Amino acid sequence: MSAHPSSSLKLYFGIWITLLACTGLTVWAASLDLGRFNAAVALTIATFKAILVALFFMHLKGASEKLSKLVVVASLFFLLILLALSMSDYATRTWT
Amino acid sequence: MPDSQLTAAHNPALLHHFAEPQQQRDAASLGTWVFLGTEIMFFGGLFCTYLVYRRGYFGDWGAASKTLDVTLGATNTAVLICSSLTVVLAVWAAQTGRRRLLIGNLLATLVLGTAFLGIKGIEYKEKFEKHHVPGASFQFNNVMIPGHPDQYANPSHAEIFFALYFVMTGLHALHMIVGIGIFIWLTVMAWKGRFTPEYNTPVEMGGLYWHFVDIIWIYLFPLLYLIDRHP
Amino acid sequence: MSMATASIPTVERENYLNKHYGVGSWLFTTDHKRIALLYLLSITFFFFIGGFFALLIRLELLTPAGDLVQADSYNKLFTMHGMVMVFFFLIPSIPAVLGNFLVPLMIGAKDLAFPKINLLSWYLYIIGGVMMLHCMLTGGVDTGWTFYVPFSTAFSNTKVVEAGLAIFVAGFSSILTGLNFVVTIHRLRAPGMSWSRLPLFIWAHYATSIIQLLGTPVIAITLVLVAAERALHLGIFDPKLGGDPLLFQHLFWFYSHPAVYIMILPSMGIISEIIACFSRKRIFGYSFVAFSSIAIAVFGFLVWAHHMFVAGISVYAALVFSLLSYLVAVPSAVKVFNWTATMYKGSIYYDAPMLYAFGFLGLFTVGGLTGLFLAALGIDVHVTDTYFVIAHFHYIMVGGAVMGYLGGMHFWWPKISGRLYPEGWAKLAALIVFIGFNLTFFPQFILGYIGMPRRYYQYPPEFQVLNVLSTAGATILGVGYLLPMVYFLWSMRYGKPAPDNPWNAAGLEWKTASPPPTFNFDEEPVVTWEAYNYDELNRFPVKEETPVAR
Repeated sequence: MSAHPSSSLKLYFGIWITLLACTGLTVWAASLDLGRFNAAVALTIATFKAILVALFFMHLKGASEKLSKLVVVASLFFLLILLALSMSDYATRTWT
Repeated sequence: MPDSQLTAAHNPALLHHFAEPQQQRDAASLGTWVFLGTEIMFFGGLFCTYLVYRRGYFGDWGAASKTLDVTLGATNTAVLICSSLTVVLAVWAAQTGRRRLLIGNLLATLVLGTAFLGIKGIEYKEKFEKHHVPGASFQFNNVMIPGHPDQYANPSHAEIFFALYFVMTGLHALHMIVGIGIFIWLTVMAWKGRFTPEYNTPVEMGGLYWHFVDIIWIYLFPLLYLIDRHP
Repeated sequence: MSMATASIPTVERENYLNKHYGVGSWLFTTDHKRIALLYLLSITFFFFIGGFFALLIRLELLTPAGDLVQADSYNKLFTMHGMVMVFFFLIPSIPAVLGNFLVPLMIGAKDLAFPKINLLSWYLYIIGGVMMLHCMLTGGVDTGWTFYVPFSTAFSNTKVVEAGLAIFVAGFSSILTGLNFVVTIHRLRAPGMSWSRLPLFIWAHYATSIIQLLGTPVIAITLVLVAAERALHLGIFDPKLGGDPLLFQHLFWFYSHPAVYIMILPSMGIISEIIACFSRKRIFGYSFVAFSSIAIAVFGFLVWAHHMFVAGISVYAALVFSLLSYLVAVPSAVKVFNWTATMYKGSIYYDAPMLYAFGFLGLFTVGGLTGLFLAALGIDVHVTDTYFVIAHFHYIMVGGAVMGYLGGMHFWWPKISGRLYPEGWAKLAALIVFIGFNLTFFPQFILGYIGMPRRYYQYPPEFQVLNVLSTAGATILGVGYLLPMVYFLWSMRYGKPAPDNPWNAAGLEWKTASPPPTFNFDEEPVVTWEAYNYDELNRFPVKEETPVAR
């Protein structure tokens, strides 16, 4: 599973620091007035953090986990369907 | 791994309907990931609800969100991130046969998880005291919409925000409690020496669950706490 | 490993039924075959309960006046009929009974990937079932099986939370079954059993499992929200607070539409097996049928708001969902064409399973086509919430899913029980079911079209004739359902012992004893042939030991 123990450890600590930094970044970015982009920035940072956790902490980054990646992608795809097609109703309503 | 092939016939952890340990491990791994996929959809319904109402009641929700404590929320985020580190270190320790380190990291995970719940408890208590818990005693009068000094937030829409806040963080907390239960069991098993470099699947799978719960919080934090925080 | 010409055993071999005795050996089993039988008993029980409510509904509808029950009681009757039939019969039925029994056998495995989780699945089903029973016995629910808000959250004074929790628990049973199947099919196939050699029954159950896994959690969270709103006054859907009742409908139907594909896909898998066997031919267009199962599973998630055309969604959304609903019909049509092409120039045998398959083909086609009528916005405005819709979905769920289930139970009964059922009675029962079904539900198409609303216990006198026909049909249908229960039970004691492969059918399950040993195969099979190798099988005398007098 792990290649060289020490490089794994280095990687884990590196990811950990990055995650903490991103948390700080997200709080700081929220204090700026970016208009409609506040949400986009926050979600982008959150997604970046989630990808780091998934790829490195959950060991998705590895050839033997192709099927697991597919499972994640498929679930996210269907969640997106739920959100997008629901929005197709809410976003096109012409009444309040 | 030559060891597993030699011991396949006598490996006590090998269940009878599997031909070899690697097949069993792969099945457990796929099963856990599929289960996490269902959890994505489970929380997904809440995210859909969130999306619909945030779009509709942005101002009111901004006002409601501002009453949450960002410091506590960010701290909790950091706590969970640290716990994900201890989890991945625990898995590493199991894979490299370091029993003491494994137990240490499992315990650290438990401590951090409990700390998370403690901080959440403090937040809930504060919400209760401020009458922000939906229901008969809910109050949200004369709260300004951020960025609109002349407008007050609609208390009903704010009530929906808090309803969703409690459901989402409550469901998340429930998953944390289950996670803590799983990790207590893992710690006991580790103490008994059940995990070896050849067999540590439960630690890995428990870890996957914990990371997933962490990822959910990674999204909950900005979505609930940081809707409209700029002055 | 025995071929079709194996002799009928004279001494009872050790098999999964006689290996251990005692209630404990059943209640704590992890053998997928025993769990399948546990499910068989439980879902049959709930079928009776749901059928009982149907009987009361049809009795009430014999007369135009509301004279058998009161309006509130009638609401409870159709609600509980729906909830029990959907969540406690149709959704589990084929996967939990035939799927559990056959998936490991068909792929050459000793059991499912997670046998203990399989048992847990059954216990969750039972717990949910007991909760539902308790709910029904202590007052019931009257919200319709769709428990729309705000009636279910704010105005109904029946046991909504309890019913919702019962379904929540049963839903987890469904999720775990799906999880088990997906992992099993990916990881436990025997050597040589590649994806393109899998029986279409397996493809169908794989697709079904995807739906169970991705859809059920959404209704689970929806139930949580409804319970939270009712019990804790967390008003997420409350219009008084600015909540949107339509949001509930979006979340509800996101699952409940794909749920209907959970109900029909396994049945389609069975039909593939039956038609191939009784046409003595490989399924025409195997890959198309296999991928159409996956396509149905995927497309099925894209169409849910066609249940909401008149509920108040935007017309643009309605257009999108209408178009998508037309698309989802395509893979189903592909299957029907392929089954028909399979029978063309095949050597057709009219045993009971095949009679059910014929019934399926006709009735599913009618049901599917009427679905397209409903997908057309203009027509839907006219017939939505009328008996037209009821007829449509009963044609698919009863004419489709249940016919497939019965066909499958007959086809695999020798394998499951080690006994042959009486073919004459089986043919008669199939005929009675077909006649009874059509008499029950065809009039309902007409009733709906001429304007009879659903969920009404009173109606104008001019609708009575059709309603009486429908009730008469329901009685006949009931008889048709009772017959198999009687003769299956009879066969367990008095039926002829079954050979390993009474139908000379293709498939790994037929290469082991009837009933199979606990670990399924004496030796792990190694597959070197393609699926539906009827060319090879036909070289041997067809059904040398025919099960029944012809």
